Amino acid sequence: MKKIIINLASNMNLFEHIGKYFLMLRFVFSKPEKGSVFWEKFFIEAQNIVINSIPLIGFLSIFMGGVISLQTASNMSSPLLPEYTIGYITRQSTILEFSPTIISLIIAGKVGSNIASEIGTMRVTEQIDALEIMGVNSIGYLMTPKILATTIFFPFAIIISMLLSLVGGWMAGVQSNLYSTETYVLGLRAFWETDQHHLFYALGKTMVFAFLITSIACYYGYYTKGGALEVGKSSTNAVVAASVAILLANYILTQLILI
Amino acid sequence: MIEVNNISKSFGDTQILFDISAKFDTGQVNLIIGASGQGKSVLTKCIVGLHEVDEGQVNYDNRIFTEMSVKERKTVRQEIGMLFQGSALFDSLTVIENVMFPLKMFTNMSKEERMERANFCLERVGIINKNELLPAEASGGMQKRIAIARAIAMNPKYLFCDEPNSGLDPKTSILIDNLIKEITYEYNMTTIVITHDMNSVIEIGDHIVFINQGRNWWQGNNQEILRTDNKEVVDFVYASNFMKNLREKIVNN
Repeated sequence: MKKIIINLASNMNLFEHIGKYFLMLRFVFSKPEKGSVFWEKFFIEAQNIVINSIPLIGFLSIFMGGVISLQTASNMSSPLLPEYTIGYITRQSTILEFSPTIISLIIAGKVGSNIASEIGTMRVTEQIDALEIMGVNSIGYLMTPKILATTIFFPFAIIISMLLSLVGGWMAGVQSNLYSTETYVLGLRAFWETDQHHLFYALGKTMVFAFLITSIACYYGYYTKGGALEVGKSSTNAVVAASVAILLANYILTQLILI
Repeated sequence: MIEVNNISKSFGDTQILFDISAKFDTGQVNLIIGASGQGKSVLTKCIVGLHEVDEGQVNYDNRIFTEMSVKERKTVRQEIGMLFQGSALFDSLTVIENVMFPLKMFTNMSKEERMERANFCLERVGIINKNELLPAEASGGMQKRIAIARAIAMNPKYLFCDEPNSGLDPKTSILIDNLIKEITYEYNMTTIVITHDMNSVIEIGDHIVFINQGRNWWQGNNQEILRTDNKEVVDFVYASNFMKNLREKIVNN
């Protein structure tokens, strides 16, 4: 009985969070206070969140692509499977899952904690109250540029990730003498006519993930109460919640679009 | 003039404010004083609309703030300047950008005009040649002055100061008090200051509201508070032996 009550209480807490999150989104989508200020912040956030993450994304993608191709090659013992399958599997794994989902999960850690702690600190040091007192819609001012900039620009970072992952796969395989460049490229181009829509599916879900990462991080930061300890907790909660949301959304979108 | 009529406020089952009424006149420094946890900050946050009141009304020059829509409240808020306890300057902006912020958000001034106005406000509070500093690089007293400059940038009708002297040395505290007083008279603002600082009470308290147990326990001016017989006010104002001796001398004289 005690367990049921505890579960019920934690579920109610979850519902409260979901309710507050959607109420917050209402203000996110309201008209910006001043267009010029909004666009200035929009490009600053695009720079801070997306462009500054590209070195990390590039580094991870090259090694990820290399590992995918090496693992695929090491598991291909059947002589019936053509060699170009390695390139094909590397492409498909990269486009369908590794670049959009794994990179999003890593970025949820980097960007999510950064946003939650930034906004959380603004909350506990009364900077958000100062904005409200001035008559500024604090949610719109702080969150909308972040959410919009990430949702729009993150797919470009994922395209870079896909390209670098494929380059990583090529470098690893060729350097290890597992396949030739021609065979790898043949694999990359195999069945592309029928699989093109996978790219749009991947970029579409990337936009959803980007929205989830930033909006959830903003939510946890904005509703921080207390001091430095709570800012840290908000930051952790934001990363955990964003990661869970990405995995759930990934499953739902895959079920809806690919199956 | 700001008027609060019969304000009550609870958080969950805990009632913080009980039927508070008070009037804060224009061109005066109005102080809200009281011990910690008695509801001073909650009252101020109710007045500026950061907390919704459960009952009662807040009027800004006969405009009923508590019954306004979000859009109408925004208009009133642009007439408010507020100095927070921790200054609440924006970390990522420089000193000049902090002061220019409200001008950038709510006026159509050019960058040069904004710079000119911000520099004027900074000079008014005695901050010169510090435009490119970040708030973290400024001292506590300087941060308070920058926050005052930001608060007056829009020529506000109403100025709120939440414990402006907290964490400051006595000399800087006096400087900040005098600055608040001068600005209030100069711009004919309605100023409300929350404070524990007895120096401020004596120095700048044109009108004082003493909050105790969430109620408006006593009100008067800085001369009346020295002579009042109200037990709670006496216990609060004359808490130290030094102040008790001072009271004896005042009463005997």
